Amino acid sequence: MTRLTLSQVTKRYDGVTALDAVGFTVAPGERVALLGHNGAGKSTLMKIILGLIPATSGQIEVLGTAPGSPSAREGTAYLPENVAFHPALTGLEQIRLYLRLRGCDPEQAMALLERVGLGDAARRRIGTYSKGMRQRVGLAQALIGQPRLLILDEPTSGLDPVSRREFYTILDGLAAEGAAILLSSHALTEVEARTDRIVILSGGRLMANDTLHALRRQAALPIRLQVSARPGAADEVAAHLAGGRRNGVMVDLTCAHDEKLTRLGHIAAIQDLIADVEIIPPSLEDLYSHFSRRDDQ
Amino acid sequence: MTALIRPVLALGFTEFRIALRNRWVTITVVLMALFALVLSAAGSAPTGDVGVDALSVTVASLTSLGVYLVPLMALLMAFDAVAGEVERGTLSLTLTYPVSRSGILLGKFAAHLAVLTIAVGAGYGLAAITALATDPEAVTGLPALLRLFWSSILLGAVFLALGYALSSIARRPGTAAGLAIGVWLALVVLYDLGLLAAVVADNGGAFTTRALPWLLLANPADAFRLYNLAASEATAAASGLGGAAQTIPAAHALISVLLWPIAAFGLAVAALRRVTP
Repeated sequence: MTRLTLSQVTKRYDGVTALDAVGFTVAPGERVALLGHNGAGKSTLMKIILGLIPATSGQIEVLGTAPGSPSAREGTAYLPENVAFHPALTGLEQIRLYLRLRGCDPEQAMALLERVGLGDAARRRIGTYSKGMRQRVGLAQALIGQPRLLILDEPTSGLDPVSRREFYTILDGLAAEGAAILLSSHALTEVEARTDRIVILSGGRLMANDTLHALRRQAALPIRLQVSARPGAADEVAAHLAGGRRNGVMVDLTCAHDEKLTRLGHIAAIQDLIADVEIIPPSLEDLYSHFSRRDDQ
Repeated sequence: MTALIRPVLALGFTEFRIALRNRWVTITVVLMALFALVLSAAGSAPTGDVGVDALSVTVASLTSLGVYLVPLMALLMAFDAVAGEVERGTLSLTLTYPVSRSGILLGKFAAHLAVLTIAVGAGYGLAAITALATDPEAVTGLPALLRLFWSSILLGAVFLALGYALSSIARRPGTAAGLAIGVWLALVVLYDLGLLAAVVADNGGAFTTRALPWLLLANPADAFRLYNLAASEATAAASGLGGAAQTIPAAHALISVLLWPIAAFGLAVAALRRVTP
């Protein structure tokens, strides 16, 4: 049974289609990354899942019930984008409040703050916290009461690389205990090794929904071969290989995955003219642009 | 039942703590105490000759000032309540917890009302102590002071709720602050001036005899003033529109004073329900 099921979810705001027939699922223990540019519809989709705003049409099932229902709220944790808590409260007081709102023992607050690395700052006012520390307070409240579904809106924005790694380690633990996790991000590079599946939204439409490996295969992006010619030989190399010259010595070639060896053979044939060859596989950014721009063509 | 009350209490205690940290408790208590002391000092001078006890005179002055001060303090505490949470992003977060919107508002309301009660209690208490210290007859004014106390809290409740409604409509703290000052000016200052102008122009006609009493009852600040002045013996010290107090039964003013907080809170909940976080 899935924890979150979306089917044909559409949201229109006065004439603008923010989400267009979006559908995917998140299973227990699964970490799904929701990628998209600003305005792609990520936050809107999350707010619909949480029951904060209604969808125009489509079916949404959260923990087997309607979004925003008491049992859905009971089992779902949320981390809003750029959340800022009241500056006059301490981290400890803030988390104690959230524990009480969930009907949990407020004495767990210190343990939660220690888990996100805020133990030392727990008794300081949130007004003195850095952005990364506020984000950790947000994460601490999302861990309350062993949620079965976590909705995290750009959870790592404002975190330094070390904190990011700690953050993903906490998520790994939650997923291992069976929590379903949907998190949004701008960057594919960040989520590549830490999530099980990738959903790409662009202009409110679902552009991709698969594992990174499958997406790579599906996109079949060309491989770049960067050839450095010996001094003065760049024009000759470019002519031989029918490639584009980039500057005095470099020649750029692209080829499909299965043509790679043939192309390398061509290069090897004129090796007297060549200083070096670099093989550049498609990057995660290329992959992301491929899927998020597909509708523009 | 406890599941419904627990979050309200948790939010209320947190909000009260914020009011303490933001110095709202200190500011309002000091403000009310200062006003009460100044009015007591000013009121104690002419008493002996008029035959009214010192406290009753002070109550009349406190009524006239409370009607300005209590709504102002309430609006200043309330304007940020929803707009501030929207700006910080905590409203959407709190709404994903098992708490209702009216529960969130009720928690804030309880805390802010507690702050107002402390401030008003401190101010009026000081006035009572001062009057009792200088005039043994002041005991006769205590019921009027008590009436002023609880009706001031109700007046504060009305303007707290109106402040939440404005805060929900504005959605930005800056706009909400502007609206709050606007509502204070309109309901507490300009409303009476407008009525005065109309009464002068009407020159004792149908407006003054028929519409005016209802228009006074329709405004929570005027109803509060009418109730306290009509119920008190010391109407001599009444303000410009005080004359009208004689024509309106105290019971009518009391109904308005009691109904307004409920209506205003209903309005605030309705306004918060319309907020899309």
